[in-house]
Formats: sequence, C-alpha cells, structure tokens
Amino acid sequence: MTVTAKPGEVVASDLITVFVDGTEVSVPKGTLAIRAAELIGVAIPRFCDHPLLDPVGACRQCLVEVPDMGNGRGMPKPQASCTLECAPGMKIQTQNTSAVAAKAQKGMIEFLLINHPLDCPICDKGGECPLQNQAMSNGGGESRYEGVKRTFPKPVSISAQILLDRERCILCARCTRFSEQISGDPFITLVERGALQQVGYYEDEPYNSYFSGNVIQICPVGALTSVSYRFQSRPFDLVSTPTTCEHCAGGCQLRTDHRHFQVKRRLAGDAPEVNEEWNCDKGRFAFRSARGDDRLTRPLVRDNGVLRVASWPEAIDAAVAGLKRAGTQVGVLTGGRLTIEDAYGYSKFARAVLGTNNIDFRSRPHSAEEAAFLANRVAGRSLDNDTLSYTALQGAKQVILVAFEPEEEAAMVFLRLRKAVRKNGLKVLTIAPYASNGSAKLNAEVIPTVPGTEPEALAGLSADADTIVLVGERAAVIPGALSAAADFVDRTGARLAWMPRRAGDRGAVEAGCLPNLLPGARPAGAVLARVDVQAAWGVDGLPTLPGLDADAQLAAAREGLGLVVAGLEPSDFTNAAEVRDALESAPFVISLEQRLSEVTERADVVFPIALIEERPGHFLNWEHRRGRVNTVIRQPNQPMTDLRVLAALAEALGRPLGIRTARQALTELDELGVWDGARQPLARTRGVAAPADGELALATWRELIDGSRGNDHEPALQATAKPVVARTSPEVAAAHGLTGAVTIAGNGGWLTLPLEVVPGMAADTVWVPTHAPDTPLSELGLVHGDSVTVSSPAAALDRGEGFDRGEGGVA
Amino acid sequence: MTDLLTPVLSENWADERAWKLTNYERRGGYRALRKALGSTPAEVMETVKDSGLRGRGGAGFPTGMKWSFVPKDNPNPKYLVVNADESEPGTCKDMPLMLASPHTLVEGVIISSYAIGCAYAFIYCRGEVLHVIRRLQQAVREAYSAGYAGKNILGSGYDLEVVVHAGAGAYICGEETALLDSLEGRRGQPRLRPPFPAVAGLYASPTVVNNVESIASVPAIIDRGSSWFSSMGTEKSKGMTLYSLSGHVRNPGQFEAPLGITLRQLLDLAGGIREGHELKFWTPGGSSTPILTPEHLDLPLDYEGMAAAGSMLGTKALQCFDETTSVVRTTLRWIEFYKHESCGKCTPCREGNWWLVQILSKFEAGRAEEGDIEKLLDIADDMGGRSFCALADGAVACLTSAIKHFRPEFEQGLKTPAWELFPYERSALFDTGAEVRTAAGLKGAHA
Repeated sequence: MTVTAKPGEVVASDLITVFVDGTEVSVPKGTLAIRAAELIGVAIPRFCDHPLLDPVGACRQCLVEVPDMGNGRGMPKPQASCTLECAPGMKIQTQNTSAVAAKAQKGMIEFLLINHPLDCPICDKGGECPLQNQAMSNGGGESRYEGVKRTFPKPVSISAQILLDRERCILCARCTRFSEQISGDPFITLVERGALQQVGYYEDEPYNSYFSGNVIQICPVGALTSVSYRFQSRPFDLVSTPTTCEHCAGGCQLRTDHRHFQVKRRLAGDAPEVNEEWNCDKGRFAFRSARGDDRLTRPLVRDNGVLRVASWPEAIDAAVAGLKRAGTQVGVLTGGRLTIEDAYGYSKFARAVLGTNNIDFRSRPHSAEEAAFLANRVAGRSLDNDTLSYTALQGAKQVILVAFEPEEEAAMVFLRLRKAVRKNGLKVLTIAPYASNGSAKLNAEVIPTVPGTEPEALAGLSADADTIVLVGERAAVIPGALSAAADFVDRTGARLAWMPRRAGDRGAVEAGCLPNLLPGARPAGAVLARVDVQAAWGVDGLPTLPGLDADAQLAAAREGLGLVVAGLEPSDFTNAAEVRDALESAPFVISLEQRLSEVTERADVVFPIALIEERPGHFLNWEHRRGRVNTVIRQPNQPMTDLRVLAALAEALGRPLGIRTARQALTELDELGVWDGARQPLARTRGVAAPADGELALATWRELIDGSRGNDHEPALQATAKPVVARTSPEVAAAHGLTGAVTIAGNGGWLTLPLEVVPGMAADTVWVPTHAPDTPLSELGLVHGDSVTVSSPAAALDRGEGFDRGEGGVA
Repeated sequence: MTDLLTPVLSENWADERAWKLTNYERRGGYRALRKALGSTPAEVMETVKDSGLRGRGGAGFPTGMKWSFVPKDNPNPKYLVVNADESEPGTCKDMPLMLASPHTLVEGVIISSYAIGCAYAFIYCRGEVLHVIRRLQQAVREAYSAGYAGKNILGSGYDLEVVVHAGAGAYICGEETALLDSLEGRRGQPRLRPPFPAVAGLYASPTVVNNVESIASVPAIIDRGSSWFSSMGTEKSKGMTLYSLSGHVRNPGQFEAPLGITLRQLLDLAGGIREGHELKFWTPGGSSTPILTPEHLDLPLDYEGMAAAGSMLGTKALQCFDETTSVVRTTLRWIEFYKHESCGKCTPCREGNWWLVQILSKFEAGRAEEGDIEKLLDIADDMGGRSFCALADGAVACLTSAIKHFRPEFEQGLKTPAWELFPYERSALFDTGAEVRTAAGLKGAHA
C-alpha cells in the first residue's frame, strides 16, 4: 500500500519511500519517521513531540529501531523517531515489530513515572492524559521503583491564570518551546538540571502571554492547569462539542466542553487551515460573561418608566405596537456578536418588514468612506476565488499592516504571521505609531506614522504581487486610508484584506447589515439589485431611500427615530454619552440581548436571547470562511434566538419574515447568491491636516484583553491583561515635562494614565488603549487621529483637573 | 625504562616559569607558527591529516578530517572552539598542560585557526579552574603583544582574535554542542544533530570543536613534520599522548608516551601500585570508560586496543584502585556524579541516574534485595544508547562493567555494608583520621 501524505500537493518526484513495520509508505522528503508511521496508522508513543513545534528529542519515548538507513546499514542504537528524517529505502521498526523498541519505550515510561506523583484521581488531566494513556498502552503493569520521589511545593502560579505543579512535569519542554517558538513570549524556561530541572518563571514578570492557555492544552501531563478550570470537572464527565469562537474575526475552531448545562472549559480545535491547534486566552477563557446574575431570561417591558418582567406575548405586543407607531421611522443597530444567519435576519427584517435601509452593524467609529469600501472591495468575495487566507499569509513574501495590530486585534493572524516570519522569512512592514510588542515579535519594520497620515506612509512603500496588505478596523476613521489601500493594491498588484475585529463583522457585510448594501453584495441604490432581492423575498417593494449609518441613526433617534438594537454597548461607539442620550431620547427602543446592559436599561422592550453555546449558526471569518457554531448545551426549553424573535415580531406585524431557523436563513442567503453587477465606487476622502501647534495626534487601538464586557466574570483572565499605560516619544515627554504619568485632554474631557516613553515613536503622537477597564476613550468621545493635548498630571491638577491613576472625567 | 617516555607536550613543564612567553620561545615556541604562516592553510591541514592525529578528547576522530568537513562555500564566519572543559572524574591532562605551558595551546590555536580559515577562536575553559584561566588569559595577552594574535599576525596578513571563555561549572558543557550553547550564553544542553557543528555550530556557523591536547599537538606536528609524529604510536593510533595515572599508584602524574603503551609499562614508570597492595581495577580513560582489571594490564592503551577489550581509550585517565577499594562504593560515587551532572534534558539520563543512585546506596549499605542486580542492569539497558547525548552511556559503562567484573561484590551488598567489607580508611591514600565506619557513623564520616 502506498499512502501519499498530502494528495495533490506533493509531486511524485518529491516523495521517498520508506518501510514502517514492513509496510511501504511514500512520504515527502524531510518527513520525520514518527509522521511516516502515523500515515499508516502506527501510533508511536510520544511526549515532547508536537507537529507544530520544532523537534527536540528530549523525552526519548518514541524510540524505534532502524535496521536499515536505506543504504544497507543499520543504526546501532534505537532512534528517536520524532527527530529522525526519513531516507529513501529506510526501514523503521516500531514497538509493533521490534522487541528493542518495545523494551526501550516501556523503560522510558517507567523512568517518567518514577518521579511522577500518583495523584491521577485528583489531577485535572486524569482521563485525558497522554502519560496515563501511554503508560497503559506501552508501559509496564507495575513500577519497580521503591525509592524516594522528587517533590516540589505545589502548585506555583506562573501567571494569574496558569498554575504549575512541578512534580507532575515530565520536562518535555512543549510549554517552553510553545512560548518561545509560537507565541514569542518566552516568560517560562527550563531551569536547574538533572532531576531537579523544572519549568522556571520570573516572579516579577509573570507568564502574561495572550496565548498562555495553549500550554495547558499541549502539556502531556497535568503539570499546567488554569485557575478557572482547576478541579472543575473530570474529562470523562464532560461532553465535547466542536464549534467556532465568537470573540474575534479569526474564526478559530474550538472544542467546548460542558457538564450540567454549563460550559466548563474551551479548548483550541484542530483546524490546520485556520487556527492550527492554537487559540488565544480570550477565546479559551472568556465564556462566562453572560452567565452571571445579570443574565436575561424573561422579556422585559417598560411600564410607567420602569422595566418589569413580562410574558413573551405581552412583550411582542408591546414591541409591535411601538414598531407600528414608528412606521419606517426606525433604525436597526446590530453589534458584533451576530452569526451570519442572525445578521441576515436583521437585514431582511429591516428591509422587508420595517421597510427601511436604516441598518448598520458598525457599532464602533465608522465612516461613509468605509461603507463604500466594504461595498466595493469586501462584500461578495469568497474564499474559493478571491479572498486571502491564513495559508496565503504564510506564503507571502511581504505583508504590510495598515492601522492593524495583529496580536491585539486578530490573535491567530498574529500567530500565522509569526510562523511565516520564523519559517519562511516573511517580511512584515507596519504603518503604526510605534513598534508594539507584537510588532517586535514579528520582527516587523515599523514605519513610525502620525495617526491620520497613514495613507501617505502607505503610498511611499513598494510592493508586488507577493505582497499582502492587511488593513485594520480603525482605518475607518482615518480619512482616505481605506481608499488609499485600495488604490495602492491596484497600482502595485499586491493583494488586500480587510481585517475586521469582531466575529460577526464579516458576515454582517455579506448579509447586508449596512445602509448601502443588500444581502449578497447588492448595492441598495441599484434598481436591479433591489428587484433581485424583492423577487427572492416575495415582497412588493424594498425601501428606495438611502439608509442611515449607525451614527446617523443615533443622531436621528433624538429627532424621533425608533431603534431595534442587538448586541452592542454605548462604549463601543465614538462617544458613549451621545449613544446613551440617543437611546434615552429615542421614542421607542427594542433590545435583543443576553444580559442586562446600558442598552437594555434604556430600552422599552427587552427580549432575552440565547447564548452562543445555546444556538447553532455560522461565523464568517476574515478569510470569508464559514465556521460552524454548534449548539453546545441542549436543554428542554431552548432559549429564543434573534431570528425567532424577529420572526415573531414580523409575524405580529403582518409581514412574515419567512425564516425562523439558522438553517432556513443560511439556505435563503445562499440561494440569493452574490451580485454580479457593478459595485458601488470607492468614496475617496482627503487626509486630515497635521495636529496644530501644541497639540498631539491620538493613536489608539483595542487590546485583546481589555475592559470589554465579554471578559466579565473571568478575574484570572483579566489579571493577565497588559498594564494600562499611555505612550509617547522621549521628545514629546521632554517637551511637555512628562515623567511617570500624563494627562491627556481632548474634546472637553481628560484622562490621566501612567506614561511609558517609547524611543522611536512617531512625532507628536500619544497612544492610549481604546477600551481600558476604567477609562474607555469613548467616554471622552475620542478616536484614533483626534487632536489632544498632553500635560503632566501636576499641571493638570493646577487647572483643577485631578491626577489619579486611570481616572478620567469631563471637565 | 624512561626511554618509553616521549615528552613533547610536557617537555618544558619542568622549566622555570614555563608558562611565560619568553621561556616558551627559548624552547623554540612559535617557530611552528612562523612555519605554518609560510605555507598555505591547505598545506597545514594536509600535514595534520597526514600525521594521523586523532582527537584526544576521547572519541578519537581524525583531527585533520574534522577540519576538512568545514564547508568552504558557507558565507558565515568560521570558528575554532577549544574544548577545555575537562571535568570527567579521573581526567587531569588538559589542566596541567594549560597550567604549565599555555602557549603550547595558544600556538596550536593560532595554527589550527589559520588552517581552517577562521578569524575568531575560543578557548572554553572549565570555570572552576581559575588559576588555569588566568594562565590562559595571560598567555593570550602575551601572544597579542608579541604579534602572534590579533591583526596581521607576523606580517602575514592573517587576522585572528582569541577569546578565553570561562564556563560556569557543568560537566555537560564538555559535550561539544552543549559547550556551544553555553558559549552563546544559553544553558548548556546538548543540541539536536544534525546539523553538526562543522556545518552549523557556534552562532549557526561552521565550527571546529577540538580538545585541548589535540590542538596543543599541532605545533609539534607542524614543526617536526607529520612523519615524525606518525612514526610514534601504533598503526591506527599515531603519535604521543598524555597518560594520567592517579589513585593507588606510588608516583601518580602525567606520563607522555606513544599511543599503544600498556598499563603495566606505565605502572612500572610510576613505581607500581602503592606499597603492599595490588591492582584491583582501573579505568582506561576516566569514569565514563568501562573499568578493566589486572588481566587487561598488557593491552595496548590505544583506540583499538581498548575497544577490543570492550572499553574505550577515552581521555587516558588511568585511575587505579587497589584491593582495599569497594567497587560498589566507587560505582555509587561515579553515578552520584552523573546524577548531579545530568543536564536533565532527556528522560533516561535524568531519571535513570536518579534511580541508580538510590539502588546503589542500598548496595553500599548492605540492604540491597534479591533481584536488585538485575534491576540495575535492566535500568542500565534502558539508559545506554537511549539518551540524547553520551552522558548516560558513560554512566552505565562504569556500572555494567563493575557488575561484569565484580558481581560477587554486588551480591555481598545484599547482606553486608561496603564499609564493613572494605573499611574506607584503608583505601585512603592519606591518614583521614576517620573511625571505622558503621551504618550509624556513615553520615559523620562524610562530613
């Protein structure tokens, strides 16, 4: 039998033939013996070996006998199959056919167990433990060890989240290799020697990596555990469901484990083309936010100014009454949590039921230029032909990042870029105010850029067809940036990808949750496009008036526009106070939400919606790849989904939605297909002027672990967040007399943060995190590129502004 | 009798302040360097190849051939690294050489670097031997001042920087790839091979790693010619070498003789085993080479002779033990060393030595159980040839050979403590003042 490792990818001349346990197998040149054995279904036990980590050959568990290296000569000693490259004609004998290999493996298990505690019954890993499993499959029945075991105090915290039981550790170095090779955060390393060797850490700098949870998953024993899951469950009591992460547009495949109707933990799924076998700590640990006391389980209606619990029929009646009063004077604001099916439901609900184009998913700073860019360059593309992918990133020669911080805004893109940098010599250029930690780990060349001048910086670069430009979410607020990126790739032949930050964004574009777009990339202003959709939906007509974007809807709410709101927070927008004011001023607000929020507080009718683990659907990731969301927890009374609530409202309004399940929605969207007509042209806007004398340009982005509500009820995760600081260049600090802390003032408000001086940072720029736990910039109404002033907190105090760390206010 | 000796490396050791440059030069020092610089690097390499010089660090790989593995077309710089991390129990040849005549090594470094075309040479010296490091540093400083190192050496246009690097005290750093990691500033642990150091060694560049004695032999080979060198020794083991006799011999020390001499001859030179005692067992080349017995006294001490006897020439550190010595105790001390020095990277060495020490301690205390000898051998079988580097092989070599030759003594360890069978003060070379040991007194006696 001949097995080809990667059908269709490897040409026959690259293949060599080896014999594993007498079975012939053809493998690509450079394949390790342990992989060749896997191809014919022979599992050689292993601990240190991991296909995504560089081989180390430390645990010696995978020893095999090589009676013939392919040149007629045998290897005198058993060989570690995890470091042994196949040679043509090589004969490999595993434990199945070699007594020497079987004995060596059995001996190695015994060695590993002599210093390993017998605490399997209370160990988190017990039941899914490679050491336990392989001791059963390849070890001896009883230990001959009667001596003293090495012990350590247990456990030690290597970060607020990760605990280390050193005596369980078998020193395979998977965790230390992961942190060094994959994530580039070598906060842990092996120290000491002999049997006292251990994973070491530095107390002053804990293992605060965004990817720290992966080391728990790849640990072949229970040496690494998380504070959030430790002692929560036994693996054999858990029910596992594959699903897709809802935290960003990366589309990570997950394995979600639940018990007793509760999600107990989440693990990275195995998706070689997407997240490989990794995920970020937010995706792994942040899943309890909506499980708190503030979870909505019953509809609420406002009665004499106060929200009270209501029955479903009563709430639907109240909502319908409000919508009838509003007529077409209504807008729909959807946030980032929606699946593509939900997004399609809202899009259809707005157009076919409410009769308006007032719909926008962009519950964040946005622009008309962005809407045009999305219609022109993003909507309607598909993974099969013309979008970029993780694989494409890995194969690129050069990647240019425009207003995009991969480690913070798309963690898996960061890992893939880092892999390409390490393995393929990828060159990363980043147009950014300074060299962030993530940029440093990508070995990126930073083009220090004052916010607002990104288009000029991009125009000065050269590129070719092997270049990929990744443009981030905040490019929306840089006038001219998105159009400049489009022009740049048109001119140079480079390829372009838009990198949304939230899981639902890409699907929302496709579903038409934009005022200028109908589903399937159809321009709302094009008659033929409307006819298309009208026919498919079987409605008499679609709204012809141009829709309002989110900001315009909020402004209009104060003038009498009713709102249907799903999954957003006022602090997501440019100016939180204005959003709250709009929600309060709007004549009528319907909120579809999972937990109490600043929106539900201000709503007239609130519908409780199923959590991500309680419903099916799909997220479309940045590649335009569909990631299936599966129902993890099945219960007798399945909570209502957005679609079912919308369908109920539509029914009661007398204009049925026609869809009430995710499957129906997706089928309908697919049948609708993609518009093949002309796209809306780009809307080029001109760049901003440089900041006036004495003013600085504000640079900002959201950090992965920040004040987002999605991180609620995860104190261990939140404790691993980066410290909240502001950053400026030494020149700015000197010019303004800044030491230790800085007060940033703009738009009538101010904010004081500890200061970190960054040599080489762009001139006249100050960086502040967008959504730090206590100081979201939206409370000041400031966005990337705004002009601000800085002063030392003492000077601010003289002006009566205050100086407390992290304190902000409106003067 | 003494005509068996061929002092070349050790010729000047008895000189007044032999370590000073002027005294070294008076003996003809750095003459070989001038000669080498007068010929091409290829000619120098060819001379060393022709001489048949084999690595003196233990493995015996032909030195000239090792040099020729350095790729010519690699754009990276090439490095010479001298392994001066001599740490093996019993081994004590490089330290006296560097202490007495550091310039012999420095001259060898410069000639060898010239031959392989390297501009940076490193001497990685064991960190504990501060006096040796100071001598080396002083010698390198003198060589720079005299124009033997640095820019444009002796007007030849050849540049070489020589760096003396002090290790931090780890046996494993004598393993060449661990040494390179340590030299780069990392923890000393062996690297995965391939790539071999000749292709990607120090800073991922082509690197030659040689033992002190190998490099120190180069000046004499260049000076006197390859045929002079190869006229000494045996057919496959050419030249002279340093034999280090230690233990229960009357006059321990360094004996420089052609390869192929026997221990019986060396013992005669050293005045024999101490008065009133007889040889019980010995190591040919440090603790990592399987022990031998008096029946092996007439075997040639060269690479082939020792291999034929099931042992290895190793570092030619001939530790001699007389009949007062407990094999069990000696083996335990050695395994304790390996347990302490195991780097921890791979399982068999890390865990196996930990386990062996515990079992051997039972033998020493007379508390071993039925089957423990088989257990020792089985553990040794699971360690030997299974580890990442050769450290575990060395550890099990002394154990398995000890059991092979002295099994009855291990069997006695089931009943009688070693200190009763072989009262320890009797094997001491000096009056320790120690009482006869009992189980209860053991702890105090160690202090």
